[in-house]
Amino acid sequence: MQHDSYSNAYILSILRSVRTIAMVGASAKWNRPSHFAMKYLQEKGYRVIPVNPGQAGGEILGERVYASLAEIPEGFEMVDIFRASDAAGGIVDEAISLQTEKGIEVIWMQLGVRDDAAAARAEAAGMKVVMDRCPKIEFGRLNAELAWGGFDTKVITAKRRRVRLA
Amino acid sequence: MSRNAKREGDQAPDSYGFETRMIHAGAQPEPVTGARQTPIFQNTSYAFHDAEHAASLFNLQTFGFIYSRLTNPTTAVLEERLASLEGGRGATCTASGHAAQLLTFFAFMEPGDHFIASTRLYGGSITQFGKTFRKFDWHVSFVDVEEPEAVRRALTPKTKAIFVESLANPGGVVSDLEALAAIAKEAGIPLIVDNTLASPWLCRPIEWGADLVVHSTTKFLSGNGTAMGGAVIDSGGFDWTAAGERFRGLNAPEPAYHGLAFHETFGDLAFTTHAHAVGLRDLGTTMAPQHAFLTLLGTETLALRMERHCSNALKVAAFLAEQEAVAWVSYSGLPDNPYHALANKYLPRGAGSVFTFGLKDGYAAGVRLVEEVNLFSHLANVGDTRSLILHPASTTHRQLSEEQRQAAGAGEEVIRLSIGLETVEDLIADLSQGLETAALAARRAAV
Repeated sequence: MQHDSYSNAYILSILRSVRTIAMVGASAKWNRPSHFAMKYLQEKGYRVIPVNPGQAGGEILGERVYASLAEIPEGFEMVDIFRASDAAGGIVDEAISLQTEKGIEVIWMQLGVRDDAAAARAEAAGMKVVMDRCPKIEFGRLNAELAWGGFDTKVITAKRRRVRLA
Repeated sequence: MSRNAKREGDQAPDSYGFETRMIHAGAQPEPVTGARQTPIFQNTSYAFHDAEHAASLFNLQTFGFIYSRLTNPTTAVLEERLASLEGGRGATCTASGHAAQLLTFFAFMEPGDHFIASTRLYGGSITQFGKTFRKFDWHVSFVDVEEPEAVRRALTPKTKAIFVESLANPGGVVSDLEALAAIAKEAGIPLIVDNTLASPWLCRPIEWGADLVVHSTTKFLSGNGTAMGGAVIDSGGFDWTAAGERFRGLNAPEPAYHGLAFHETFGDLAFTTHAHAVGLRDLGTTMAPQHAFLTLLGTETLALRMERHCSNALKVAAFLAEQEAVAWVSYSGLPDNPYHALANKYLPRGAGSVFTFGLKDGYAAGVRLVEEVNLFSHLANVGDTRSLILHPASTTHRQLSEEQRQAAGAGEEVIRLSIGLETVEDLIADLSQGLETAALAARRAAV
């Protein structure tokens, strides 16, 4: 599929089906973008497992940090790549090799991260791919929260949203 | 597609037309009560769930409201709507158009910095840029932007932006946005366009390469002369980081947020996030939620009003062009106007409803005309449902030198009209009797 734009339905289907996210490049520093995204996604009910070789064995936001995807003992449906584009291919290949064992369904590359060849390999293996987007911003955009900051969410509807009890 | 996705407004991005977005963008039914019109959140502050939630909000790690000086739910609906109509990433509303200009330059200007502005601007902008901004050690060069070489010559290493009006007030002048955007891009600085007189229905400067668009929402957007307001819309397209040291406000660690760098952290959301979290926080130039509500009502009918404003203005301008007492009419909608080709390119739906004309009998006839008309309100505003008349030399452009007035198209013989939505024959009849009386008075004075 093309990766220049995504329909709201495609992004929503991913955000609705995923429960656990392996975040490659998660930072322990509170003012780094990856830390912002991890904290927000945790607040929204996702489990986020940080992957960062430099901080393996430590903890970020209450979760143990692993050196690689393979070392995560449990399953996860999505890999969120918070690394430069040239590092994305290797991470995608590792995810493909672990696809069945971990139950990986989605490869998500962060804002500014794009590797079309790696995306094609992941799609050939049956995974969904999102590139050059942030799951925090997309979650906020599709749930009206991004609009609170004055942004165009491109969501137009006359339907009343359901307020779910916490 | 799941039923859920369909229920929550799933459509491909940008698939809705302008008129649909001017009514619906930003405004879903209020989820708790189902209220269909946007509620006025007449409210200052917002409850935190717990200490951790408060920390996340103050650190800008999550979306949400803290205090209405920064963000307010009613104002946020207007911001999203304006961003959508202009084709921008985000918008920040302010107390007035002047506040929007202050907020915009505040984001990236440092003491000693410089920007280039068109000579043909609203008189209040010329005063704000040329006099008040100097107190911040911000410097402006007013340049005839019709000469690209003059704009290039005015660039210095300290130049941070080029500022023009898409449709200039009061001269009826159309700026060549595409050419100016190319110069700004070449220089690595943003092009800022005041789109107040055109409104996004007639012109969308971002589509021509503008990086930031400012508005006085007091005019056509609110449309009824009810609420002061302003806005800055960010295209999201300017690379504040590539510009390096020159745009420290947006790409250097911000001490008040523990070293967070806005462009790195927020990407194309950086300018709008900064404008709220730093600009409105520290300048306090916030739009009142009541004013956001009134402006939202105006935007719902923007296209319909602009169509009528433009067709009425064209008829009045054509009438004036044929009158003996009238020396010239500066309305780019007229075929023989020097800006007609630019108007066809940038304002194909109409040349707006604010324009000027000159009286052969000069200053005295001008003063007499504004006093003689019955339907035209003599006041200093534009973009109202009512038709307005003004003699700029004695009002809005009074603070300027005669040389600046001439450069701005506001000489002593100049009358500015803002054509409203009344029956156009009534407007023409009113001007006709006013012109006759003014000419008669001028002839008597000459005898």
